[in-house]
Amino acid sequence: MEDFRKHFSVFLTFFTPTAGWLVLLFFVPLGIIWVYSFGENISLTEIKTTWTLDNYKRMFEPQIITLFWRTVWLSTLSTIITLVIAYPISMVIATASNKAKPWLMLVIILPFWTNLLIRTYAMLNILGTRGRINDVLEWLWNLGDGALDLIGLGAFDLLGEHFAPIRFLGNNSGVMIGMIYVYLPFAVLPIYSSLERLDRNLLEASLDLGAGQWRTFRSVLLPLTSAGISTAAVITFIPMLGSFLIPNLLGRGKVDMIANVIERQFKSANDWPFGSALSLFLLYITFIILAIQAFANMRANKGRNDG
Amino acid sequence: MRKNRMPISRRAMLAGAGAVGLTLNLPKGALAAGGKLNFYNWDTYIGEDILGNFTKATGVDVQYDLFADNDELFAKLRNGNPGYDLIVPTNDFVERMIIADMLEPLDHSKLPNMKNVDPAFANPAHDPGRKYTMPYFWGTVGIGYRISKVSKTPDSWADMFTSDEYAGRMAFLGEATTVLQMALKLMGKSMNDWTDENIAAAEAMVLAQKSRITAFAPDNGQDLLLAGEVDLAMEWNGDILQAMDEDDDIGYVVPKEGGLLWEDDLCIPKGAPNPDAAHEMINYLMDAKVAAENADYVYYATPIAAAHEHLGAEYNENTAIFPSKETLANSEVSIYPGQEVISKIDQAWTRIKAAG
Repeated sequence: MEDFRKHFSVFLTFFTPTAGWLVLLFFVPLGIIWVYSFGENISLTEIKTTWTLDNYKRMFEPQIITLFWRTVWLSTLSTIITLVIAYPISMVIATASNKAKPWLMLVIILPFWTNLLIRTYAMLNILGTRGRINDVLEWLWNLGDGALDLIGLGAFDLLGEHFAPIRFLGNNSGVMIGMIYVYLPFAVLPIYSSLERLDRNLLEASLDLGAGQWRTFRSVLLPLTSAGISTAAVITFIPMLGSFLIPNLLGRGKVDMIANVIERQFKSANDWPFGSALSLFLLYITFIILAIQAFANMRANKGRNDG
Repeated sequence: MRKNRMPISRRAMLAGAGAVGLTLNLPKGALAAGGKLNFYNWDTYIGEDILGNFTKATGVDVQYDLFADNDELFAKLRNGNPGYDLIVPTNDFVERMIIADMLEPLDHSKLPNMKNVDPAFANPAHDPGRKYTMPYFWGTVGIGYRISKVSKTPDSWADMFTSDEYAGRMAFLGEATTVLQMALKLMGKSMNDWTDENIAAAEAMVLAQKSRITAFAPDNGQDLLLAGEVDLAMEWNGDILQAMDEDDDIGYVVPKEGGLLWEDDLCIPKGAPNPDAAHEMINYLMDAKVAAENADYVYYATPIAAAHEHLGAEYNENTAIFPSKETLANSEVSIYPGQEVISKIDQAWTRIKAAG
């Protein structure tokens, strides 16, 4: 590669638009939010920057702590389940024939061609108490109930008096199903690419040398694809933390996460300073997670080079 | 006022037919403002031919933009008017905008059709003397219900807030203020009496009921009702009216304790580039025939008294549009309570949402 110091004008040509974009559309708005977070509402439309810390102190109100905690654990559990589902899918794609691979990838990427809102509404249709899954369950229930009638056990209501639909929505499960569904492709792509780069001979060597399937998976495959797994974890976990539409629709507004509180501050509560402080707090959490991941990768690389 | 107003084909056809007759006797514009009018309104909240006929009558081109809710409208204007001439906020936001000095006073001499407005709307609490606003449509918040699934008409807020009869079959609105206000009505209090004890009592009532509530619907209570996911839905009457049009098994009632009355107003934001054209449009919309055509399409209650003679009984005697006198007497208009109370309401709401 050429040294850009020798071609400063070329460097400038490429650097300026990118930097300008970043400054204008990322750092400036973020800076405004940062200043707002130290502000006070002095009228309906005016915010005075008094460098107060009150907005940050309000982070420790019990309901805010509860919601932050719920956001973190729902996202963590959903991320883990997403990874557990994504890994075998990635293995199937990575080991598929070259002819099948692009088609399998297409199936994974296909949902991205549809807007998130529409996909979420589709989930409402599938998961509702009058949704498609419960339709099938009700059909099976009727079948079972009819069969019991036939063998003369109908009077005992063994399956219950009526079909009771499963409530997927309006609770934690609805939110988690939604998040896993939406972010699964994000997890498949990095895991798949780390599996693609893997030297298959290493797996054969492990099996030849007496390790079983499980040992090979645990001691060879997993460590060699750990970079892909940690990338997948981070890029699913971070957007999950900011989920807003999914708790609103699939949580039926009963299982709020922190982004729902942030949205209200900028709209109905009209409290931009507090909303800004909450958004920044979420951002700090994200930075910490990214730092931990970078640190872990660094250590892993170092360990590999030393060994 | 509310979102998701879908034009209904039968009505749209009637409105279209009416418009053909209407073009022949267009009201002449009082002033020739000319130029362009930037109109910022709710979706499907104006008769299909009204803007076109206005342009034909006055030569003013209309640029028509849509907002989804009052919060969006307010957020867009709070740091300065980006160029709108005419906006349609709901009464409590009108109040906020008057307090924040965001509205231009109206020149009543440019609005001769003011004489058509129902006298009941002449001097509202949120804009004494109609200095800044003219009424556009009004309506209620009540209960939409599936007729075949209720034991009796759910004509009390107790059916939603304290009873367990409809556990797992109820959708509430997703708006903190409105939900707590309806709880206050059930307690026999004024919905604008925001003492700390009242907020706490309303919060406790909703918290105790939370496990029986199916959804705090962000803006789709009527969809849940239509899909059969719930049998009761606290909703804006317009949304339920639409559902009633699609499904005969759906009814609407404003509970006897009274509901919320809302009014959407035509107003001119400060810094409007073309206030003359805005006055002309406001006046045009208050014309008896134009208002009738508009009401027949939008299907909300019109405050233009003179419009009723041009509308049929199907509209004029519709109890979902016009509640009974007694119910109306118990109902209230929400008054903007100030930022401090708004914050307290939001905190109560966050506690309700945080509860497991």
